[in-house]
Amino acid sequence: MPVYNEKVMDHFMNPRNVGEIENADGVGEVGNPVCGDMMTFYIKVKNNHISDVKYKTFGCGAAIAVSSMVSDMAKGKTLEEAKKLTPALVAKELEGLPKNKYHCSNLGAQALNKAIDDYLKKQGKTAKSQKGGKK
Amino acid sequence: MREVYLDNVATTPVLPEVLETMLPYFKDAYGNVQSLHNWGDKAREAVEDARIKVADLIKGEAEEVIFTASGTESNNFAVKGLAMAQQSKGRHIVVSAIEHFSVLHSARTLEKWGFEVTEVPVDKYGLVDPNEVAKSLRKDTILVSVMHANSEVGTIEPIKEIAAVVKKSGAVFHTDAVASAGTIPVDVRELGVDALSLAGNEFYGPKGVGALWLKKGVRIIPFLDGGVQEGGRRAGTENVPAIAGLGKAAELAKAEMAKRARRLSPLRDNLIAGLPQKIEHVIVTGHPTQRLPGHASFCIEFIEGESMLMLLNSKGIAVSSGSACTSRALKASHVLIAMGLPHEIAQGSLLFSFGLDNTEDDVDYVLETMPPIVERLRQMSPLYAKFLKDKAKGGK
Repeated sequence: MPVYNEKVMDHFMNPRNVGEIENADGVGEVGNPVCGDMMTFYIKVKNNHISDVKYKTFGCGAAIAVSSMVSDMAKGKTLEEAKKLTPALVAKELEGLPKNKYHCSNLGAQALNKAIDDYLKKQGKTAKSQKGGKK
Repeated sequence: MREVYLDNVATTPVLPEVLETMLPYFKDAYGNVQSLHNWGDKAREAVEDARIKVADLIKGEAEEVIFTASGTESNNFAVKGLAMAQQSKGRHIVVSAIEHFSVLHSARTLEKWGFEVTEVPVDKYGLVDPNEVAKSLRKDTILVSVMHANSEVGTIEPIKEIAAVVKKSGAVFHTDAVASAGTIPVDVRELGVDALSLAGNEFYGPKGVGALWLKKGVRIIPFLDGGVQEGGRRAGTENVPAIAGLGKAAELAKAEMAKRARRLSPLRDNLIAGLPQKIEHVIVTGHPTQRLPGHASFCIEFIEGESMLMLLNSKGIAVSSGSACTSRALKASHVLIAMGLPHEIAQGSLLFSFGLDNTEDDVDYVLETMPPIVERLRQMSPLYAKFLKDKAKGGK
């Protein structure tokens, strides 16, 4: 059994914001089952703020706790603020992760980032393509 | 909270009789086996008595039993020590793809030392085909190591047939019987092996003690150099209490083996039959009939093992998994991958291993606890969402 702290266990046992958003403004998928974890983040954007965020996660306790924490941290933030969410910040907010589970915090921040990029792409703000990075 | 221990492949508890046998060698009879006085004599008697009992368990001779500190040590000793001792005849060794890491990694080390290693594949049940072993043999093959039973999927290998093939080639044959010795009948002469590893904590003995049975006349290079202990083949002060405990555990295992199997097999069978009825998309791993008595292993599709393990633990159920996340190396079980299971399915591996303390009620408790846990994790699984979408599209 990996040694998770209370906060990680709380987010694992009671994950916040689990689910999918129909007609999400941005979707970001990272990871694959080969490496053990897979996350899909969905965001709704209103006035440049993340008004809603949900996710689905396949993975270990840390992966689930990270997803939950990232969703909590991203909610209500501006896109710029949300993009600044780093794996280190997520791990810190979870009061630490076991060393060999640190990559999970990478995935969470990456998935959120990808969802924001997807939204911006759809808005035509960063890329020429209007189609966006559908999964 | 109800507590159900179903991780007997990780370790069994120590039986009270075994503990009783061990205690005097901590307290009064604490002598060193090598000492030439009464204290030494008592310790020596305990070790030699245990040697006879371990030999009896596997139908070998007492003088062929070398005590070690674990199954892992026995496997390291056998693979490296036998290869080193035979290297004038050749430098090729053969192992199966599903060996325990103590065999596989020993083989890797031998590769670094200039040996060549061939890994023999297994079928979807984890069975090694003796013909595949025959195909892998070369003129310079000096050692073959195939496990007797696999602890992760419970499959029992056709060791007698494999040993017969190896014998013809003249190579030395070692089998890792850590998962099987003390649980199912093991007869070293009947199996036709040259060396066999076993460990105490797999059959109600203490941890930190194992044995290597080595057929008389087979050469091995000592793994630990030092004094004259274990005939000069394994130096280091004997762990007398643990060895005495191993001996007692072996004696009890031999006497009660059939009775234990009769108790454990129905628990295994009921879980193997029951779980796929309660939960959709469950795969039973390992061989349907050629398997260890208390061993039920599965892959639960669309979800990952560690998170299942944690939720089961929160309900008092202790199991293990071969998922990448539960392994320190973050790699999915090499056993399941070798059996041809895709990574995403291997990630959902779960292993229930019953012991003498378990009852039919424990099976029922697992059968009622598992479905909501699986449902909960599937509800948050992107793989399951994808599966449902594809199913709706395909009308499957």
